[in-house]
Amino acid sequence: MNIGEFEGLARGLIERREAAKNVCITVCSGTGCRACGGEEVVRAFAAELENLGLTGTVELRDTGCHGFCERGPIVVILPEGIFYQRVTVDAVPEIIEQTVRHGKLIERLLYEDPQSKEKVVYEKDVPFYKRQHRLVLANNLLIDPTSIEDYISIGGYQSLVKALAMQPEEIIEIIKRSGLRGRGGAGFPTGRKWEHCRRAKGTIKYVICNGDEGDPGAYMDRSVMEGNPHSVIEGMIIGAYAIGANEGWIYVRNEYPLAVKHLTRAVEQARELGILAGSVLGLDFPFDVRIAKGAGAFVCGEGTALIASIEGKIGVPRQRPPRTTQQGLFGKPTNMNNVETWANVPLIIDKGAEWFSSIGTETSKGTKIFSLVGKVQNTGLVEVPMGATLAQIVYDIGGGAPNGRDVKAIQIGGPSGGCLPKELFYLPIDYDSLVEAGAMMGSGGLIVMDEDTCMVDVARYFSNFLQEESCGKCVTCREGTQRMYEILTDITEGRGKEEDLDLLEELGATVRDASLCGLGQTAPNPVLSTMRYFRGEYLAHITEKRCPAGVCRALTAYRIDPDRCTGCMLCKKQCPQQAIEGERKKPHTIVQDACIRCRICFDVCKVGAVMKTGVEVVHA
Amino acid sequence: MAELSQVVGELISRNGGLLIGVLEDVQDRYSYLSEDALREVSKRLRIPLRDVYGVATFYRAFKLKPCGKYLINVCLGTACHVRRATGVLETIRRELNVEVGETTEDMKFTLETVNCLGACALGPIMVVGGKYYGQMTPQKVKKVLKEYA
Amino acid sequence: MPNVEIDGISFDAPEGWTILEAARFLGLNIPTLCYREGLTHWGGCRLCIVEIRIGDRTKFVTSCTCPVEEDLVVRTATPRVVEMRKMILELLIAQCPTSKVLQDMAASVGLEKVRFKPKWEQCIFCGLCVRMCDEQMMAKAIGFVNRGNRLQITTPFDATSDECRRCGGCIYICPACTLRCEGAAPAEVLCGRCANSLQPTCLEDYENFSCWMGLKGECGTCVKPVHEDKQEENS
Repeated sequence: MNIGEFEGLARGLIERREAAKNVCITVCSGTGCRACGGEEVVRAFAAELENLGLTGTVELRDTGCHGFCERGPIVVILPEGIFYQRVTVDAVPEIIEQTVRHGKLIERLLYEDPQSKEKVVYEKDVPFYKRQHRLVLANNLLIDPTSIEDYISIGGYQSLVKALAMQPEEIIEIIKRSGLRGRGGAGFPTGRKWEHCRRAKGTIKYVICNGDEGDPGAYMDRSVMEGNPHSVIEGMIIGAYAIGANEGWIYVRNEYPLAVKHLTRAVEQARELGILAGSVLGLDFPFDVRIAKGAGAFVCGEGTALIASIEGKIGVPRQRPPRTTQQGLFGKPTNMNNVETWANVPLIIDKGAEWFSSIGTETSKGTKIFSLVGKVQNTGLVEVPMGATLAQIVYDIGGGAPNGRDVKAIQIGGPSGGCLPKELFYLPIDYDSLVEAGAMMGSGGLIVMDEDTCMVDVARYFSNFLQEESCGKCVTCREGTQRMYEILTDITEGRGKEEDLDLLEELGATVRDASLCGLGQTAPNPVLSTMRYFRGEYLAHITEKRCPAGVCRALTAYRIDPDRCTGCMLCKKQCPQQAIEGERKKPHTIVQDACIRCRICFDVCKVGAVMKTGVEVVHA
Repeated sequence: MAELSQVVGELISRNGGLLIGVLEDVQDRYSYLSEDALREVSKRLRIPLRDVYGVATFYRAFKLKPCGKYLINVCLGTACHVRRATGVLETIRRELNVEVGETTEDMKFTLETVNCLGACALGPIMVVGGKYYGQMTPQKVKKVLKEYA
Repeated sequence: MPNVEIDGISFDAPEGWTILEAARFLGLNIPTLCYREGLTHWGGCRLCIVEIRIGDRTKFVTSCTCPVEEDLVVRTATPRVVEMRKMILELLIAQCPTSKVLQDMAASVGLEKVRFKPKWEQCIFCGLCVRMCDEQMMAKAIGFVNRGNRLQITTPFDATSDECRRCGGCIYICPACTLRCEGAAPAEVLCGRCANSLQPTCLEDYENFSCWMGLKGECGTCVKPVHEDKQEENS
């Protein structure tokens, strides 16, 4: 297909969509909603519509991830945009009968604001969405990610057509002026990277999409790859054209099978329409995309390790210089960008560099998608302009911690990032402002922690993660992460000494400065940042042999206060280890040896008789 | 052996010669990567056995021991950890008397952990044979495992 | 020929040289462990780190892997660099106290205390044996297996290798195997007697101070790392 034919096809699809007046039932089909019954809901709708003979008049569409994962499965009825949350299979006939046929609302499925108790009808009015500024994620709600026609009908690939009419250098200028910086965490100016790659010597060049979103708790890229794969492909074609590359690779971690499926389908469809071809849209510009799967290695998020992985080798990073823009995949100049970075490119080409740079802060332009998870009411994906404060995200959009607990800290930037206490939530999030505080924005994972989270345990958790994910090449990272884990384990099991804190600081500094790649260089961050802001917790573990949050099992015991216990047997019935003894109306006791500190008794007791206490000094 | 050779040959063409893709498909087919399979891949792709073995052991997704009937994956991502996924894992370990990375004696369950499935709103998450169980607690474990009795 | 400045000495280095090669040419001593002339550089031990400045940014890089470039300024032994080398050796000795090579290096940087629990491992993963087998013997019989805290160097499936020609090159080049230190005791892991000419070295206490091929690898250390306290059986 050449450009003229494509424009004709696009016009037809866009007009048809704009003229469509019939009802459309959209069901969120991201991994999150599918995992809590979304697939069954879709099937139920399809079956019911068929039964009632409505399949021709009412459209049913699977969409990409809507982002309000706490409330899934999510169903939005278009054209009005009526928002139903936590939809179950048995609600399906009612929805069709009441809302689709007769335009009546089903109160219990509407979102209710937890403070005001008001019901919200339309998706755009749900506070979670209203307070966001959705650009990259906006289209997830509107399209079926497995349909290229849907993408084209909302204006997809128009930016590509526009870009193909420009000179490559022009495109690079636009990206430079927009101020777009890499969304994978490092924040390198994208336009400059493209320029380096364009100027590198050689005729064979590659563009790569880094879809190895390894930070636990971060799933922004998953939602874009699953929910709007064409936006990534379009960005890559524009980039390849600007750089002079003829082959692109999308590296997806294998823990995202749906993303792999949707991207593969999208690539096939793009090939069918000649958008990926020996001559893209009829021009003298060959470009095709191949998809490579990861195999479970966090380190493969690092550029040189990812490239080694595509080449069929173990994911061991190499030192730079030389940069990958000079020598990358198969030794050729390679431009690698993150999923979200690529997805921003069509928007910038469409609306211009000035528009993009008007959003955000002085040094960080545009929006950023965050995954807000952990101890927070409104778990999900949040897209806000750069410079939004942590408080806005955690409280205004996130709704604070559930069950009336107090938020204590936020972990930002994954295993490379740090923990910031709630006192610092006034800080804006962008590439630079968190660095002085000892954290970094990273790829966008935001894990909220409350008073029941032990910060020493968090540091230990990350050290364990890193010691397993380290490739093992350099001494400082391999041995350093193991030793940090060892010391933190000693501390959490009651064997900590005062000197341990100084040793962790000294070790951390060397691991940071002498390691070969980003994994090692940022490995000490969780430890150093928690020691900086939560030193009191560390000291309690070391000198008092007590875990204030009641998490570290060796330093916490659960005991029942015999004066408060009413003998109701509730905790005894709930205990998964049958570790509670006692008869009805008599005080119960917990058998310490059998107790796994799961805390269920503490949570279910209606009279607050279960207490968290310290233990005597424990030795392994 | 002839069958293995043929299967490996097909999978190599299907994956355009990419080693990791080939190993993943071989594992899907045989549920794990046997010594014979790795030697065959090395021979057909003309990659030294040492390199194929290095790749097969470096990446966590590859299993070199036979897998049980049902693969249990417990997510230990940060969000799940903060919601006390370790308690869930502990309970599964005790119930099935099996360590992480090992298979139960009756070959029914293999227990693995994963570092984030990307469905954090539902945490803690446990996946059994591809089916997701969200908002897990130690109490719910027994009920879930009973489904596979 | 890019012009570089190393420790204050200005030098026109041949294109393609690394900082380490340039420094050695100038007679400067940068400690190395995993680097050997004749084998490709690896950059894993981190001991050869130096501080470099390009423009107005400084960072630490391994001199064995970093190519020279125009206007590069290098400092090979700033206090911070020396401090880091001590920490790196502290980590290495805690891993493998029985290596005379490591003990001598530790003594030369003035390491006084090892604050980590000794692991008594036999392999420090410097990769010299792997590169020796790859590049000098073209055998590729051994390699890295697993990663991170489960890293090993061994043959595929831990099985006797068809590719191994029993040349002994891996044993010859190994800094842990070649010369053993018998002086490291469980209480005080640092020995340093070889470096101090007034103290008796273990040569006077023990007859066997290196691993002989005669053992045919039966001690198992050349094929698999051993994790128990093998103080008595160290040769």
